Amino acid sequence: MLRYTIHRALLMIPTLLGVAVLVFVLLRLMPGDIVEMRFLLEGGQVSPETLAAERARLGLDKEIWWQFYDWMTGIFVGDFGISMWTGRPVIGEIATRLELSMQVAIMATVLATMLALPLGTIAALYKDSWIDRLIQVFAIAGLAVPSFWLGMLIILGLLLNFNWIPPLTFTPIYEDPAKNLSQLIWPALAVGYRYMAVAARMTRSTILEVLQEDYIRTARAKGLYERLVVGRHAMRNAMLPVITVIGLEFAFLIGGLVVTEQVFNLNGIGKLFVDTVTRADYTMVQALVMLVAVFFILINFAVDLLYAVFDPRIRYN
Amino acid sequence: MIKLSLSLLGTLALVLGGASTDAVAQTPKRGGILKFAVSAEPPNYDCHAATSFAFIHPVRPHYNTLLKFDEPNYPKVKGDLAQSWTMSPDGLTYTFKLKPNIKFHDGTPMTSADVKASYERIVNPTGGAVSIRKAAYSDIASIETPDAQTVVFKLKARNASMLTNFASPWDCIYSAAKIKADPKFPEKNVLGTGPFKFVEHVAGSHWVGERFADYFEKGRPYLDGFRAIFITNTAARVNALQAGEVLSEFRGHSPADRDRLKAALGDKIVVHESPWICSLVVTFNTEKKPFDDARVRRALSLAIDRWKGAEALSKIALVRNVGGVLRPGYEMAAKEAELVKYPGYGKDINKARAEAKKLLEQAGVKDLKIKFLNRNIPMPYTPVGIFLIDQWRQIGVTVEHDQPETRAYITGLRGGNYEAGLDFNCDAVDDPNLQLAKFISADKSPINYGRYTDRKLDDLYNKQKGELDNKKRYALIREFEQHALNEAYSIPIIWWHRIIINWKQIKGWYMSPSHYLNQDLQDVWLDS
Repeated sequence: MLRYTIHRALLMIPTLLGVAVLVFVLLRLMPGDIVEMRFLLEGGQVSPETLAAERARLGLDKEIWWQFYDWMTGIFVGDFGISMWTGRPVIGEIATRLELSMQVAIMATVLATMLALPLGTIAALYKDSWIDRLIQVFAIAGLAVPSFWLGMLIILGLLLNFNWIPPLTFTPIYEDPAKNLSQLIWPALAVGYRYMAVAARMTRSTILEVLQEDYIRTARAKGLYERLVVGRHAMRNAMLPVITVIGLEFAFLIGGLVVTEQVFNLNGIGKLFVDTVTRADYTMVQALVMLVAVFFILINFAVDLLYAVFDPRIRYN
Repeated sequence: MIKLSLSLLGTLALVLGGASTDAVAQTPKRGGILKFAVSAEPPNYDCHAATSFAFIHPVRPHYNTLLKFDEPNYPKVKGDLAQSWTMSPDGLTYTFKLKPNIKFHDGTPMTSADVKASYERIVNPTGGAVSIRKAAYSDIASIETPDAQTVVFKLKARNASMLTNFASPWDCIYSAAKIKADPKFPEKNVLGTGPFKFVEHVAGSHWVGERFADYFEKGRPYLDGFRAIFITNTAARVNALQAGEVLSEFRGHSPADRDRLKAALGDKIVVHESPWICSLVVTFNTEKKPFDDARVRRALSLAIDRWKGAEALSKIALVRNVGGVLRPGYEMAAKEAELVKYPGYGKDINKARAEAKKLLEQAGVKDLKIKFLNRNIPMPYTPVGIFLIDQWRQIGVTVEHDQPETRAYITGLRGGNYEAGLDFNCDAVDDPNLQLAKFISADKSPINYGRYTDRKLDDLYNKQKGELDNKKRYALIREFEQHALNEAYSIPIIWWHRIIINWKQIKGWYMSPSHYLNQDLQDVWLDS
């Protein structure tokens, strides 16, 4: 198991390096830069000399290789740089938003998992019955409805019926739980519904597959209670793909709630992503992409380890 | 159309007058926090390096300027930090007497040395400080401070816009001691003399200011504070306004948002409307054929029915007013009787289009195809772009509408990687020096994207700039306008129309044609 763990951990290094090179180059292939965005967006009459001086100040006049070298050497000493837009450290800018994004991701994951596992299992056990069909309709609707659109419906429903919308600014849960939840429960519901749909369908199909296995037939032939057959044998083996889906969805939620965050005016990582890409804030985009990459890689790593826990064959291979 | 224009101006007068009467009739009340939305966020805190309304709305309440616009009587200026001022008969010396007992938020007194240091930072920034309006102040030769309450500006050349410049909302007065110690101090710190002290800025979320008890205007501000909430999504902003989570958004709304809020909130809100100092102009890349030929450019201008277009587009987009190079309604702008004589501004569109076709024929241009660069912001760029495509189609021109994301759009315009593009010209104040800069030669103007040189325009620009007699300046501007529109390097299409929706309890705020003005919140109060 230790060898397996070390092997998986070492694989993370080239992956992150590849992501770093890719994001660095792709960003600079796009036309325009942050200096134009900052000074010319509203038609400012800024002289070419001022623009050149600002580019020099931000290091944009250096060779691309030097810029990459500066960035990499910074990362190795834990310095991700200064936002070219705000002039503040990117780590601080990200930290301001990370708490909110993490909370929405956790709430959505808890909601989705709590619903998806029982619903998917029930649908599999009652395959082709009206219960199965009802759950399938509910799940397919979740897949078909974009989260941001559901979010817009939620906001409009609250506005038109109660003349109320969720708070516009974030309050940490440890300061005022009621205010915090009144803001974040709605986006968690909006994104959790789709998340639940993906996980429920995956649970149903994997349980159906596992229920056909010989060891399940053997367990039943031994006279085990159906509860034990499903809970101890079927569920445990069916969980591997479900865990993968849950893990990837969780990682996606950290930076992927771009439109949903805009709809609810959430000051999260997704909104920051859009703003910084629009402004061509290279240092910030690079840090954000690396952050999301690290999240994905760590989640994948955790999923791989869980695979090994659930399936001993993986360890031995 | 004359009727329409008169009624629009009448509406403006009523709106402005209404606000004014309101403020006079009611006794202002102390207290309350004004919550308003801002649709973008400032990059840093330095007025001298900023260009965006997103900066002005949260930051301006912390600062004062030498002069400011007299809100109900725009474009008249009045003292902000200055108590009085004089201009020498030759127009080369401006002397300002400052108001007494002005303090910065840290308790230190504000004197003429601070004004001098701030303007020197604008004119000649050092130590890494950025000043993007250096050119507007390049006529300043020296700044003297004979005593702590007096500042004297000596100019190298006469500049008819100098008083307007001194009222610019961007010219915040900083502490001389702070910028001497660190010229970049204002980038990350907010220390002004304004009616509100800085409390906090949570990046991406909100900005908070609280009443400055030692403010030099006794009894002001009326508010206990303000909270600016950054809401970038339009729908979220309108929802917040409808729910009363914010009481205003001071940049502007579309007609559709106005109608929705009016229907939902009725008399709980007040709608303010005004022509806006923002115009949409089509700019032709004169380095690309056939746009190097004035006949082709003029033909494309003649094909546009601005009057009917303005009427129709005003129902769906935030544009309404037909104008030349200056904002319709501004005292220096062409009156309608003058406007209709310019190419492309006549009321007989059939005649104009026949002339356009003839010009294209004379230029030897057949089946003209244009790749038209436009901004990917729906309001008002997309509807106006579609309108133009239809107008040009009517003289046989085919247009490919290219709407890349904003970065590529700006780079395309600046780099000359386009044939024709929908450009914009937005300024903080009505000022010929600012608005005409769009049209002078590319080597004189950083915002000329047409890449042409026209020394006649440059010469007329300089003459009007130095002309202190308003009548003579008006005549020079007309000559400039006539030539610019004949050559049609850049052609104004329709001017923007500003719509502000305030909850009724906001009092003492005055509508202006600029989303950069009247935002110090000094006189604003809440009638709860």
